Amino acid sequence: MAQFFAYVQHADGVIEDTAAELAAAAKAMGADSVTAIVTGSGVDAAASAAGEFFNEVYKIDNADLAYPNAEVVRKAVAAVVPAGSVVLMSHGTFAMDMGPGLSIKTNAAYIADVTGIDGVDGTTLKVVRTELGGNISTHVNADIANGAVITLRPGAVEPAAGGVGGAVADKSGEAGDLSAKRKFIEVVTPEAGGVDITKAEVLVSIGRGIEEEDNIELAMELKEAIGSKAEVSCSRPIVDAKWLEPARQVGTSGKTVKPNVYLALGISGSFQHLGGIKGGIIIAVNKNPNAPIFQAADYGIEADILEFIPALTEKINDL
Amino acid sequence: MEPIIAPAHYSFFGIPLVLLSIAIPLVGIGLWVYIMAKRVAPLVRARNDERMDNIPQRIYMVIKIWLLQWRQPRYMMAGVLHIVIFFGFLSLALRSSLLVIIGVVPDFALPGLADDQIGGIIYNTIKDYAATFVFFACVIAAIRRGIFRPERYEVPERFGKNHNAEAVFVLMIISTLMLSESMFDASAIAAASVAHGESHFVAPGTLAWFFNNIFVGTAETAPAKLQTIHIAAYYVHDFTFFFFLCFLPLGKHFHVITSLFNVFFMRIRKGNIKPPVYGLTDEEIENLDSIGVKKLEDFTWKHILDFYTCADCGRCSDNCPAATVGRPLSPRFITIRGRDAIFKNYPLSGDILKSPEVIGGVFEADEIWSCTTCGACEEECPLGIEYIDKMVDMRRGMVDNGEVPQTLQKPLQQLSKKGNAWGKAPKKRDAWIKDFAEEGEIKVLDGETTADTLFFVDSISSYDDRMLEITKATVRILKKAGIDFGILGQNEKDSGNEVLRFGEELLYRELRNHNIEMIKQSGAKRIVTADPHAYNALKNDYPDLGIPVEHISEVVARCIKTGALRLNPVEDASKVYTYHDPCYLGRHNAVYEAPREAITAIPNLRLSEMLRSRDRSFCCSGGGLMLFYEPEEEERMGVLRVKMAAKAGANVMVTACPFCMVNMEDAIKVANMEDKMVAIDFVELIERHLV
Amino acid sequence: MEILVCVKNVPDTGEEEIELDGNDLDYDELTYVVNEWDNYAVEEAIQIADKVGGNVTVITVGNEDADEVLRREMAMGAGNAIHLEDEAFEKSDAKGVATILKAAVDKGKYDLILTGAQADAGYGAVGGMLAAMLDYPYASLVNKIEVGSGKLTVGREIEGGNTEMNEIELPCVLSIQTGINEPRYVGIKGIKQVSGVDIPKFAASDLGLDESSVGEEGAIVKRQDYFIPEAGEGAEMLEGSDDEIIAKLIEILKANGGL
Repeated sequence: MAQFFAYVQHADGVIEDTAAELAAAAKAMGADSVTAIVTGSGVDAAASAAGEFFNEVYKIDNADLAYPNAEVVRKAVAAVVPAGSVVLMSHGTFAMDMGPGLSIKTNAAYIADVTGIDGVDGTTLKVVRTELGGNISTHVNADIANGAVITLRPGAVEPAAGGVGGAVADKSGEAGDLSAKRKFIEVVTPEAGGVDITKAEVLVSIGRGIEEEDNIELAMELKEAIGSKAEVSCSRPIVDAKWLEPARQVGTSGKTVKPNVYLALGISGSFQHLGGIKGGIIIAVNKNPNAPIFQAADYGIEADILEFIPALTEKINDL
Repeated sequence: MEPIIAPAHYSFFGIPLVLLSIAIPLVGIGLWVYIMAKRVAPLVRARNDERMDNIPQRIYMVIKIWLLQWRQPRYMMAGVLHIVIFFGFLSLALRSSLLVIIGVVPDFALPGLADDQIGGIIYNTIKDYAATFVFFACVIAAIRRGIFRPERYEVPERFGKNHNAEAVFVLMIISTLMLSESMFDASAIAAASVAHGESHFVAPGTLAWFFNNIFVGTAETAPAKLQTIHIAAYYVHDFTFFFFLCFLPLGKHFHVITSLFNVFFMRIRKGNIKPPVYGLTDEEIENLDSIGVKKLEDFTWKHILDFYTCADCGRCSDNCPAATVGRPLSPRFITIRGRDAIFKNYPLSGDILKSPEVIGGVFEADEIWSCTTCGACEEECPLGIEYIDKMVDMRRGMVDNGEVPQTLQKPLQQLSKKGNAWGKAPKKRDAWIKDFAEEGEIKVLDGETTADTLFFVDSISSYDDRMLEITKATVRILKKAGIDFGILGQNEKDSGNEVLRFGEELLYRELRNHNIEMIKQSGAKRIVTADPHAYNALKNDYPDLGIPVEHISEVVARCIKTGALRLNPVEDASKVYTYHDPCYLGRHNAVYEAPREAITAIPNLRLSEMLRSRDRSFCCSGGGLMLFYEPEEEERMGVLRVKMAAKAGANVMVTACPFCMVNMEDAIKVANMEDKMVAIDFVELIERHLV
Repeated sequence: MEILVCVKNVPDTGEEEIELDGNDLDYDELTYVVNEWDNYAVEEAIQIADKVGGNVTVITVGNEDADEVLRREMAMGAGNAIHLEDEAFEKSDAKGVATILKAAVDKGKYDLILTGAQADAGYGAVGGMLAAMLDYPYASLVNKIEVGSGKLTVGREIEGGNTEMNEIELPCVLSIQTGINEPRYVGIKGIKQVSGVDIPKFAASDLGLDESSVGEEGAIVKRQDYFIPEAGEGAEMLEGSDDEIIAKLIEILKANGGL
């Protein structure tokens, strides 16, 4: 049986929630024991936090790892994992940066953006993932005899329970040469006011059902409740009414969006609007049961959004 | 008239002024010829245009639009003032020319037109009244321009300062000509009548008559002063006349010279688009290095003549829906800035400059994409200036350079791959016919199955659920009327009306050639369509189709007349209907009456016309690819249009175009008028009332 | 600067519901287009070459249909194209494609290699793998490039709408994110005008590749089928009391990465 590792991302001493999903995914692949890898500069807090979900934690502490530069982290990870290991990462911009190269350097299979795990049969790993912009699913078999680098879509598996209490092993000395041809400079945050709905993972999208400009606030509150991965978008009439800026408009004449979840609130679902939604599941809330949006949506709720949105916001805030 | 010395005999400090009489015209005409040569240069370097066809029709247009000023009264006040000034100018043209000669040969007169001959007296009377009317027209116009300032003359900040100064200056020049001409005559007549007791007839109430009355007194008390007035008036007139002549080609009054030509060469056919280059085959067009307008010289000579001819009257922009809703486009400033760019690049002195990029250097891309090609500007222009062909030519240039707005790229790609802008599967194009299984089969004309009439459905009406209602209503009407018809089914591709108008010439030609082949293969003898955009493309853009094309409204109107279709009384007599003329049915194809005849054939139906109807209809915001364009605008055209319908007292808007339907239904929602207004297509209305 | 852009023709599935023929795509129904990300990469390459000089070469691994995509990108402004075509290449996994591309890169000399951030299969892997095989530095999801001397300053799109700025030495491989530029339109005229251009083709033997290292034989990650997870007409309507509906909704949100 291959050794299982999970690369755990963290910030300010706090590990990402996805760490527990990685632990669960490894278990689903038949791992008895999973080792977390935590890299960075001054990562004791994060490393011990990872112990909550993993049987062991490899800590690689080095000033060169202060910012997770994929090229540098790749070298460090490749240095500490034995040949034939399975390395799990949460699918995101860092995993996309490091994963493919790591699989080459460790001569392992690379399976990206896994949405479901069917199990392992001998050295064959069976997973589910999506293709064609998320529009269709596939079963994928990978030969992991030489190990694998797997990136897991956030939320794809139920997170593992905590309380494992794995010990931290300092592997800083094994990281080897960490020189790199790519150097991190800085993270630039966008100027306030610049909304980019195309990058949001959840869109709280409102249509004419919102009725009045003052009610836009309801959508904003729901967005706040969901958190930073959410953004408010809308259909054309809302922009026309100047209740929201044109950058928030979804549709053939607006932006094309690919969120994980598209909450269509009070949107009837003209084909011009639907043409702008290119992925993810659509959850439609509309008081008209015959609204065309229900044909396009994955889930539908017949309700008046002016009552439904505040109720939903409240429940999410209570979580 | 001896008591007063004519300019030709007068000396000033010993210098015979006849020299001045010769010098002013010589210098004036010389300068004018020089300026005109400079103005003609860009026309010579411009692209070819074919404007020598249909000469009788062109002469008719000159008589109607130029000579009879047909379009002027569409703006009543300005129009009447212009007609007065125009005819005044025509009447005075002869007099002004004669005056130039009189400066050298004082007693010169054309045969029969001497002052004491009946012809002369009649002409003098006419020209005196003309001068008077022109003068007062100028005064009123100047007051209008200077004090009341009609909104349409205002210049948006982005286009510079307002042009009132130039307008008022020219009005002053014209007034000066009128006053000096009258004073010149009146002073001579007054002097003669005092000296000899001659009584010359002076038309009462004219400027000449007014001055004559004053000058009679002056002649008695101070004859020398009258002599001075006579000489001064002559040279003021002479100088002003030639100054004005040379001033004309420098600004908006160039139209005084060019309008006759511009109207003669104006667009005769409607609804069509000029080819990128005249007389080339598809293959030759494909192999052109560059398509469309990229530099100034890529415009045709007629299009540059358009620039010259603009009188800056603002009627185009006043009627332009894009300008009305605050899009960046204002047709008036397309022409004015085009003219200014030509003037700048072809300076009166110095070398011709290298042309800037037309897009970016003269106009902005957003302006050019903002045009819905509705044709309101061209319909209104009293001088026959055109816009749509220019827009299309500039778009062709942008397409060729790859500068196409992102939102339009995908639909264009889909049109190329799948024959429709929405990227729908070609094999589902006729999927709707299965809904008719119970009502009887719908023929698909593939050459083996044939029918008399081809129903050309076009893309939106084949795929969009809402527009399929229009398609189905059309089918039921055709069946009811007993017309043997079929569709092209999966062999049909988008008509390409907007592909052509958005400048993707070669894609349009592919679609067109495919459809022509399929139509010919179908064996149909006539075509009917419910989509005015398809109607326009098939009728005006598809050469050599060889079979008649009709809009369904024409078919319905005829069938009602023949009794093939009969209509029940209106379902709800409390409703007030209004009819919205789709641009591609109305303005571009002059089908105004057929839909109205058919609608009003429904017993008890109340039809109320909007203020802007027929050839002044207000665009819904455009169809085809325009649905995908994301314009910068303050308001939606459709919303304005729906409000116009409400203002007409209507609560049902009948249109006859699927794109109008898309825009109107959206607009009703946006305007929050769902309880006050519904939109219905012409065929849906008719189908509902079929007996 | 010599720039190589890796492009792929992919099924155009954006506008239509995907139809399956059994457990595979219904290939008769598919039209192919250039992968959207690749198109941005080509535009970026052209803009860089226009600015600092150089040549843009587009390269693809694919069957004869991929020729259309190469020509399209040539019409866009790429000066050269390379078509890597061999039956042995079919059904390569990402590593296989990267292996084929590496062999082609070794035959040339490129300062900068661009790929799209991802393509139809959604792995987003070829660029990073190619870089690792070449031992070139790599940056993914690039949405900003500034050319310096011997190096580039690149922005990577990371979570939260932030941009991670990096300095990267040349030669390097970058995967390009959409939105980095506004790709120019490629009209029918442009495509027709390059229709006669000769595009060099290379097979496995030309590249000195061991056929067993690529294609289906060399693949270690294999797609077994296609399937549509939730069938059925229209939306699944959530019923029940308001609280129950909201509870169900929250579960759905969680399951789909919405919470």
